[in-house]
Amino acid sequence: MTMQWTALVALLVVTVALAVGWRATQGRARTTPQVADAGHDGGADWADVLASAGTTLGERATFLQLSAEVCSSCRSTARTLGDLAAATPGVVHVEIDVDDRPDLVRATRMLRTPTVLVLDPDGAEAARASGAMTPAQARTALTAVEGARTAGRTS
Amino acid sequence: MTDNRTTTAPAGIDPRGPRVAAGVTAVLLAVVVLLGASQAALVLLTVVAVSFLPGAVRGPQATWQAWLFRVLVRPRLGPPDHLEDPRPPRFAQLVGLVVTAVGVVAGFAGALAVVPWAAAVAFVAAALNAAVGLCLGCELYLLGRRLRPSA
Repeated sequence: MTMQWTALVALLVVTVALAVGWRATQGRARTTPQVADAGHDGGADWADVLASAGTTLGERATFLQLSAEVCSSCRSTARTLGDLAAATPGVVHVEIDVDDRPDLVRATRMLRTPTVLVLDPDGAEAARASGAMTPAQARTALTAVEGARTAGRTS
Repeated sequence: MTDNRTTTAPAGIDPRGPRVAAGVTAVLLAVVVLLGASQAALVLLTVVAVSFLPGAVRGPQATWQAWLFRVLVRPRLGPPDHLEDPRPPRFAQLVGLVVTAVGVVAGFAGALAVVPWAAAVAFVAAALNAAVGLCLGCELYLLGRRLRPSA
């Protein structure tokens, strides 16, 4: 029985480590490295994708959210980003179901839903986040896009 | 502005229900791990696997763990701040069913050693769901799509 208790304790340690690691990745936006050839990586033209979803690029930023039906974090993230877009002029939020556009899953090489691409006004991917996003993380992602653009202009 | 694809979502459920239910399931799975590679562990894992069945087929509200939540826990809580689509937790029930069924089938085929391992994997998922709200549909759905031929 001692061995089983040891197994259970080890299992709890693994579970806690996974919980901490998983939470740390939730919703944190990472700046997308800019490739020298600023073409379309993987062949996705985001302006076209937005047009097919019935909208256009935001003047400040566009949150393109890729979601799935079986994803509960997608709903909370959609509420968060929808509120931010409603309150911030020039910011657009679009949600697309991965079952409608499996090509985008391949183009972005995304592994989980929701994956949120933060597009700059030219439609280039400036940052990316996956997992549930808090309002604070969404605002940080927005400023990161604008910071990257300012830095790009001065250099 | 937000452009949402309007889907006909089923009626919302209290999001705390599936998490409390996952906590109950996690405790049972921890007991399976403690019972080790034994007949008793196989019996209990079978109970857990069968408990996932109505959740995977009809939705997370259909399990006895959800019934416990409604009868014992929810009357003591305030109303939820939002309701949740039942489809993501139903997907999680399906994942739980598959993982525990592997252990049950192996156990009845004579490989009792598989029983605590299947319980351990299911325990991690259930405990993470209960403790930090891990959403299995978010993590596994795209992986499942990839494994499906010509998806």
